[in-house]
Amino acid sequence: MQGLLNFLTGLSVLLMVMVLVSVRRSHTRVEHSVSWLGAALALLVLARWRGLLDWLASTLGIGSPPMALLTLVGCVFLLVLFRLSTIISALKDANIALTQRIAILEFQIESVHEEGKSKN
Amino acid sequence: MDSLLILVPAFNEAAAIGRVVGEIHTVVPGVPVVVVDDCSKDATASIARAAGARVLRLPFHLGLGGAVQAGYRLAYELGFQYVIRVDGDGQHDPADIARVYEALRTNPCEMVIGSRFEDRAVSHSSFLRGLGIRFFRLVLRPILGKPVRDPTSGFVGVNRAALQVFSTSFPLEYPEIEALVVLQRKRFRFVEIPCLMRERMGGRSSITAVKSLYYIFHVLMGVFVNVLKYEGRRKRK
Repeated sequence: MQGLLNFLTGLSVLLMVMVLVSVRRSHTRVEHSVSWLGAALALLVLARWRGLLDWLASTLGIGSPPMALLTLVGCVFLLVLFRLSTIISALKDANIALTQRIAILEFQIESVHEEGKSKN
Repeated sequence: MDSLLILVPAFNEAAAIGRVVGEIHTVVPGVPVVVVDDCSKDATASIARAAGARVLRLPFHLGLGGAVQAGYRLAYELGFQYVIRVDGDGQHDPADIARVYEALRTNPCEMVIGSRFEDRAVSHSSFLRGLGIRFFRLVLRPILGKPVRDPTSGFVGVNRAALQVFSTSFPLEYPEIEALVVLQRKRFRFVEIPCLMRERMGGRSSITAVKSLYYIFHVLMGVFVNVLKYEGRRKRK
């Protein structure tokens, strides 16, 4: 059990560092890093606060604290992934609108050129 | 034909697009034809231009719904009153364009569907597709409040009111069935007229037997979401 908690502690710290480095290098936007930092912090708190973990395990009716930890971590990351899905969907909508806009603008430019040629 | 645009969405249809555009020019001379080239990898755009069509080239592949919506957006911005979609694979017979147009102008509706099943018109439809069509007829009947014989037909004419709606809200994948539900949300009406469907002139259908299951699930989800977005009863203007 302690080995697992130490591993998850290291993992959460590593995740935080990766997110901060990514934000610093502008590979990740600040508003998107909040979800990941929140998830990493939740993982760190649960890994280091044994009392809280035991209480949550008994409240949820999960006999094994490690199982409770993995369940809770899974739930946290599920929420993060769902949020990312909504962001990706919004980006896709914007991409489609831009693609159509570009095509229409090019069509209109072509029309203007053709009108200019026929007048000359 | 006042203010009518023929819209031809096409993706890798170099084998058929020249003939399709040529046939359209023959049956409805003088009517502008716009081929929406959905980022084809072949010579679809150049062949369409050579055949006399204007080409709306999408810089990225959006799929059928995205390509058709791009065409609707263009038509709306250019002020067209009616748009009739004819697919670039040659399945839709351009000889029926005039009848679709007449039905649009004379019927109190926003959309006309060229149906392969009205009046037992000869249909070229695979067994799986026929099964899917029967299934969606059952699903759509209670939603639309009336039967629709050919919900998957892409041979569709719309007026400007529908153009305005579709310019901002149009299903991106497998749009034919969901488009009916989008219209239903706005309390718009449609009619069906019998039309001939032919075999593809070239290329392959994007819906394979394996993709058919995904198609059914995807369209059912889309229909369900559109029903959830129903905007309630409105007074007709």
